[in-house]
Amino acid sequence: MNTAREQILKRIRDASGSLPASRESESEGLVREYRTIRTLNLDARLDLLVDRLHDYGAMVYRCAEPGLNQAVASVIAGRAKSALLIPPDLPKTWLPEGFRFRSDRELTYSEMDASEGVLTGCALAIAVTGTIVLRHSSGEGRRTLTLIPDYHLCIVRANQVVETVPEGIREMARFKGVPLTTISGPSATSDIEMTRVQGVHGPRILDVILVE
Amino acid sequence: MSVRVGEAARAPDFPRAAQHLLGNTQLRHNVRQATNVIRRKRASVVEELPDWQALREAGRQIKQHTLRHLDFYLEQFELACTRAGGHVHWARDADEANQIVISLIQARHAAEVIKVKTMTSDEIGLNAALEAAGITPYETDLADLIVQLGEDRPSHIVVPALHRNKLEIRQIFMEKMGLSDLGDRPEDLTNAARRYLREKFLRVSVAISGANLAVADTGSVCIVESEGNGRMCVSLPEMLITLIGIEKMIPTFQDLEVFLQLLPRSATGERMNPYNSIWTGVTPDDGPREFHVILLDNGRTSVLSQQESRDTLNCIRCGACLNACPVYRQTGGHAYGSVYAGPIGAILTPQLQSMEHSQSLPYASSLCGACYEVCPVKINIPEILIDLRGEVVERGDAPFSERAVMKAAAFALEKPGRFSAAQALARVAQVPFERDGVIRHLPGQLGGWTAVRDLTAVPKRSFRQWWRERTRGNLA
Amino acid sequence: MLVSLFITCYNDTLFPNTGKAVVRVLERLGHAVEFREAQTCCGQMHYNTGYRREAIPLMHHFLDVFQDAEIICIPSSSCVAMIRDHYLKMAAASGDSAVQDQVEKLLPRVFEFSELLVDKFHVTDVGAFFPHTVTLHPSCHSLRSLQVGDKPVQLLRGVRGLTLIDLPEAAECCGFGGTFAIKNAEVSAAMLSEKTRCILDTGAEICTALDNSCLMHIGGALSRQLAGVRCLHLAEILASSEKGEVL
Repeated sequence: MNTAREQILKRIRDASGSLPASRESESEGLVREYRTIRTLNLDARLDLLVDRLHDYGAMVYRCAEPGLNQAVASVIAGRAKSALLIPPDLPKTWLPEGFRFRSDRELTYSEMDASEGVLTGCALAIAVTGTIVLRHSSGEGRRTLTLIPDYHLCIVRANQVVETVPEGIREMARFKGVPLTTISGPSATSDIEMTRVQGVHGPRILDVILVE
Repeated sequence: MSVRVGEAARAPDFPRAAQHLLGNTQLRHNVRQATNVIRRKRASVVEELPDWQALREAGRQIKQHTLRHLDFYLEQFELACTRAGGHVHWARDADEANQIVISLIQARHAAEVIKVKTMTSDEIGLNAALEAAGITPYETDLADLIVQLGEDRPSHIVVPALHRNKLEIRQIFMEKMGLSDLGDRPEDLTNAARRYLREKFLRVSVAISGANLAVADTGSVCIVESEGNGRMCVSLPEMLITLIGIEKMIPTFQDLEVFLQLLPRSATGERMNPYNSIWTGVTPDDGPREFHVILLDNGRTSVLSQQESRDTLNCIRCGACLNACPVYRQTGGHAYGSVYAGPIGAILTPQLQSMEHSQSLPYASSLCGACYEVCPVKINIPEILIDLRGEVVERGDAPFSERAVMKAAAFALEKPGRFSAAQALARVAQVPFERDGVIRHLPGQLGGWTAVRDLTAVPKRSFRQWWRERTRGNLA
Repeated sequence: MLVSLFITCYNDTLFPNTGKAVVRVLERLGHAVEFREAQTCCGQMHYNTGYRREAIPLMHHFLDVFQDAEIICIPSSSCVAMIRDHYLKMAAASGDSAVQDQVEKLLPRVFEFSELLVDKFHVTDVGAFFPHTVTLHPSCHSLRSLQVGDKPVQLLRGVRGLTLIDLPEAAECCGFGGTFAIKNAEVSAAMLSEKTRCILDTGAEICTALDNSCLMHIGGALSRQLAGVRCLHLAEILASSEKGEVL
């Protein structure tokens, strides 16, 4: 049966004129001389990440592991908020007293829209580009949870921070098949006279707590 | 099969379109400002990477390799995506793709769709087809929203509303969003767009997107964006339809490490753009329950069959060539009469459409090479332009007067005796036009030169005449 | 060394002084110059405009004329780019291995004028004297195809009395592009107006370049505007002597 699929594949085979048998050896022979490994030690890496996050206008707070709870409390209070949404798998030990945290069990989009914000961890962070990677759904929850609310507080642990994009992709490749979102600063547009305006859709305010 | 690239088949030829646009000082000013900004940003983030050239070379090689084995990678993608709960459709041309989209939407009895920026949908004329079928498409990229509400056409691959200033945009928003008052700062306009679109994001059940990259081994799709409307469209609705040109394929997930470095730095001059969404098929309890991919040919297999110019398909739609191009800088994108403008548009449009249309596009270049210099996947655009010019001429489509002149010139240049005679002839022919060594006016097509420039008159003695006399000892 | 001069068809006809300047500079440096009178054209105009078939006999003729020349000097970077970037491809397309062979043997012996002086003869001071303010327009072929880098600047800095002023937005194309200036005359003019604005902003009296094609285009606009700035090929500056005379 001469379906669209068959016709297109045939046109491709007629056009490309290459041997299927050569594909794997060709693939292995591709020249990749770009950087793939890290050159910075942990401290330099963390400083670079913070620097890049600042470039994007994200607020970054640093704390040690035992102080995480307190850091979360002071950041939320600093934003004059009292209640945040959280993904179901968020470690409960992160949550300080005195605030309400509502786990996402089939929240409606309207409820997300009406919330004060969301608190999550992350899957990894990439220092060179100031990127935070979210893994859905276990981990950082479903995608809409970190998209609809206007405020996102994200916890990044030092041992989750890699330096380069290739390292980051290698980590991401391990999460087979689950949706991934990379975040490098709040959403922005330069569509109006090339003036960069932050906060189009997606959370307009991003706070990061870096835990060492 | 009927390949369509937007309205390119009916567009006026480039010189005429350009002439008209050159008079628009607002446009020229906007384009110059915008390209200056993006050029500076791009240069800055590229300089930061000591391995930029290695990344470009890897990008080129990966793309060329994928195109050589495109059948394998498309089938691999189809299998992986289907296993993950997605549906893969194949469309030979624009009409077929539009038909598939419409059928899928009608099967849900939906009458509205939200769209993420995708030039592929402009290429196939999707919006017009949807509207004809009684389905209303809402563009959600701010620039595409501006273009749609302004009933206009995009003028740049990455910044489609480049030709509009904020006051024009304010006017459009107030009118089309029914706002009685609106500030004119970019922040005010952006907020208005946010409110207007949020209502749609939370309500509309079908979304249409394109894809920047499709990963063959995992069956994953990647969207690269800044505003968050992409994230909205691919995760909120119940059904997602993604249009993917077959050339968007890359072999492995790991290959993202190359393209996610090349694309943001080239497109917007950022180390990384704000949001990338990567998903595979369908995920229970997270995002659309139904996911459809439409793999689109629409002339790409024709380009694939041309060994000389196949590299055209390496393109990752970054727009860096537009920003670098001194011709685009003067005219903006509309002059190219196609959704694909600038240097890449000049080679892609005529090849997709076949050379009956868009013949003037390969000549819309001074062959300066700035595009090749910045292309992250090393497409040798000047080389391909010359190739396409060769095709125009060999098909017999060059203007008769030009062919006559070029043939006469070739005849004269083949032998030294003829050449000297032609030089002597030029010295005589110029007499009515020459004064004090300068020609100020020429008739016919050559008048294009003298309209704005003087022309050096042919000196009385050519170099070879001087040399001959010198050799004979007449000069020291 | 014996240097064989390929003057180029348009220099021969319109800018013979550039050729005379090249001869003067090379002889001043102690080299012998020959001019093979059978030469005509490299075929660039035809090839770049899409008349590939018509360019082939021109290539063959070039190869025949210069096949045993030791060094070929060409005061035009666009013609050198034509030979370097396209002759191999044209020869391959003809399927004639003898021609391909000829091209391969020829390529290492072809030099643009500034390349010849700096790379081959290792000279940046050619004994020139030119007491004027000068700005350099780096033509696209010299910049991107030949990648001459700062060779022209080195040569200009070696000229006594010369004040070199940097050109803003130097790497931007002047808008000539061969037949582009005719086929897309308005866009060419728009690009030219930006280039002339930058040149006039430098306050220099003279605009120089490695290509008379660009200079003809730029100079034509400056002349029409009566701007008080003129164009001069780099070779003619280098040929200038103690008396400050130009040919």
